Amino acid sequence: MALIEAQGLEKRYPGTDVKAVAGIGFQVERGEAFGFLGPNGAGKSSTMRMLACVSRPSGGTLRILDRDPVSHGRELRARLGVVPQDDALDLQLTVRENLIVYGLYFGLSLTHMRAKSAELLEFAQLAEKAGERVEHLSGGMRRRLTIARSLVNDPDILLLDEPTTGLDPQARHILWDRLFRLKSAGVTLILTTHYMDEAEQLCDRLVIMDKGLIADEGTPRELIERHVTREVLELRFPPGEQEAAGEKLGGDVEVLPDRLLCYADDGDAVLGRVTELGLHPLTALVRRATLEDVFLRLTGRSLTD
Amino acid sequence: MLPAFVYWLFRYRRTWQSTAVVSIANPLLFLLAIGAGLGTLVQGDVEGVPYLRFLAPGVLAAAAFQNAFIDAGFGVATARGRERVYQTAIATPLSPGEVMAGHLLFVGLRVFVGALAFVVVMACFGLFSSFGTALAVLLAATLTGIAPATVVAAWAVTVTDFPRLNTVFRFVVMPMYLFSGTFFSVEQLPDPLQSLMYALPLWHGADLCRSLALGTATLGTTTLHIAYLGALAVAGVLIGRVTFRKVLYV
Amino acid sequence: MSRLPAAGGAHLVVLRNVWVHKGGTPWTMALFSVYEPILYLLAMGVGVGALVGRVPGVDVPYAAFIAPALLATAMMNSALEETTQTVYGKLAFDRYYHSLLVTPVTIRGMVAGELLWAVLRALVTGVGFLVVIVAFGLARSPLVILAVPAGLLTAFAFGAAGLAAAAYARGWHSFQYVQLVMLPMFLFATTFYPVTVYTGWVRVLVEALPLYHAIELSRGLALGEVGPGLLLNAAYLLAFGGVMLAVAQARWTTLMAR
Repeated sequence: MALIEAQGLEKRYPGTDVKAVAGIGFQVERGEAFGFLGPNGAGKSSTMRMLACVSRPSGGTLRILDRDPVSHGRELRARLGVVPQDDALDLQLTVRENLIVYGLYFGLSLTHMRAKSAELLEFAQLAEKAGERVEHLSGGMRRRLTIARSLVNDPDILLLDEPTTGLDPQARHILWDRLFRLKSAGVTLILTTHYMDEAEQLCDRLVIMDKGLIADEGTPRELIERHVTREVLELRFPPGEQEAAGEKLGGDVEVLPDRLLCYADDGDAVLGRVTELGLHPLTALVRRATLEDVFLRLTGRSLTD
Repeated sequence: MLPAFVYWLFRYRRTWQSTAVVSIANPLLFLLAIGAGLGTLVQGDVEGVPYLRFLAPGVLAAAAFQNAFIDAGFGVATARGRERVYQTAIATPLSPGEVMAGHLLFVGLRVFVGALAFVVVMACFGLFSSFGTALAVLLAATLTGIAPATVVAAWAVTVTDFPRLNTVFRFVVMPMYLFSGTFFSVEQLPDPLQSLMYALPLWHGADLCRSLALGTATLGTTTLHIAYLGALAVAGVLIGRVTFRKVLYV
Repeated sequence: MSRLPAAGGAHLVVLRNVWVHKGGTPWTMALFSVYEPILYLLAMGVGVGALVGRVPGVDVPYAAFIAPALLATAMMNSALEETTQTVYGKLAFDRYYHSLLVTPVTIRGMVAGELLWAVLRALVTGVGFLVVIVAFGLARSPLVILAVPAGLLTAFAFGAAGLAAAAYARGWHSFQYVQLVMLPMFLFATTFYPVTVYTGWVRVLVEALPLYHAIELSRGLALGEVGPGLLLNAAYLLAFGGVMLAVAQARWTTLMAR
């Protein structure tokens, strides 16, 4: 049995006509790391709120741990861990107190939480900061604390909304390492992100969302094979010459605001053709196709607004 | 200095309506509830006049004093801290002294407008014998506000934690507000407290406003009050020039 | 495994607030809260009281007359302080309640917990000010002790109103309107003189204020003038608080769904 099953899931906020989530279906299996990718406004956060049992679906069906999130919201929340985008830590408490008090909200005992908080601080590499006020932590530390906080109840499912947005590269790598450990320990992870490298690093399977719908679903490798070629040639032209160059070049070309992407199995061959056509790009780069190319292919149009 | 002042005027455009309501409502309510209401219980005259006449100029001075503390204290600390208005301003050709002067000018304007509203309400209660008296009281109340405002601003720019402002407000401003001869004469106070009140600015402001309003002012006491408040204002500006520079050119 | 917390986790919200204040004792807390009413008691009760002498129709010194009103007002203010700006900050900036939303704590639990905390906070203030009244020799009847539980009813009513206000606030400036309501209420609700000062429609208006009933209740008990009218005052506060609590619950539910 899947941990989460959604069919035709919709979310429309009161007072609006637009469906933030316009009918999506997916399944998440135990132990999986499942990702939602999409540009801002694609419906990722709305979906996550429904999964966290804090927002009622407006249509379709959603089963979490084989229960209905509307009628069994409280019980389900007791078995979920949530890492919100904005941390929402308790600024008036210390690092350790944040963990202990949060555990109490789940009906856990103080004795249990004293031991558990020590273990979680160790995991989040915050043991030395235990007595500090949250205000004094860096962004990366705060996020690790938020993740530690979400683990107080040993959740069956961990929901992470853009876990590394706004963090510097070092902090991101530390965080990825922690999430990877959780995954290896068998925790089911569901995360949203608009960083492709993050999705490739962490997700076993992912869906790409755009305008409230699922554009495609699969493993990172499958998606790359399905939507793009093996290599990509990136070309930059002086402002204004981009469109014309794209038309002249023809073939499988994506025109982005700042550059052209030419999809091909042999990028160098295309580069040769560019020179033959008498085009003079400012820069040219041949690289392997990534999830970002898939993303731009599937949602590229909505990026230009 | 002028650009810094104009900045505050621009912000004021958005909020002046709600401030105006409060400026009118506060004195009106106070005079009605305490002056007219409590006044009915007060037996006989206080210092030779009905309680409402005694009370109104005292509360006017106290209100100007309190509003000046709020505007100069919380206003300056916020502009320097959370809003970082000053930091933006000194990145332009404005000097810290000009930034301070602009803000103080605005605080002075606010104090003046608040006092004007109060004086208009007092006039409606028939508490002034002539237009000249009302004008003199208005200027006296404005001075009562501006004098501590410069000192408070000079200090507030160095304050980074708001709770400290609250503490000073509770333990310095509130007692002064209640005991500086505003609601009852300082002569009722036991001696050491009485002398203390004579040394503090609000008593000078309250006595200045009251003696002008009741027509009991003498040249000697009036000069003394104005000199005290004026000296305080100048001292605040001089200290402020140093503290603003120190804090903003870190 | 854990069991779901009872009462929507309301007691846990209280526990968290207690935890935040664990540095201070209830006595320092009380000292802080009674400071302001003591100033008023001295300025108005003693200072202005010397001008007033005796209140007509009331057979007690002026300070003894206003002390129970200041007790009720102080307890009201304690409850309001804990529910208006404090809660708004946690709601809009710290997003504290949003972090609770994903736990088994319910929205009803959050509202009930904050209200309970506000009432407890008022209790500390009330006990502190009761000690002041007794120490100043202003107690006129042993029933003055009952003014504290009466004040809890006041705290309940205004705490609930504060929680509703916090949820409707659109920014810090919104609380200016709270001030605009509270100041006249404080000034006119017979804190400083009996309601007989007013006549006609003004009196009807004053008698409609919730703080008027809080003060009547407190003063009636403190001065030992007990009558069936006090039940009416209590019922008014209970009803006012009940309605405000319902409003707060509804508003919080809408707000948290966003």
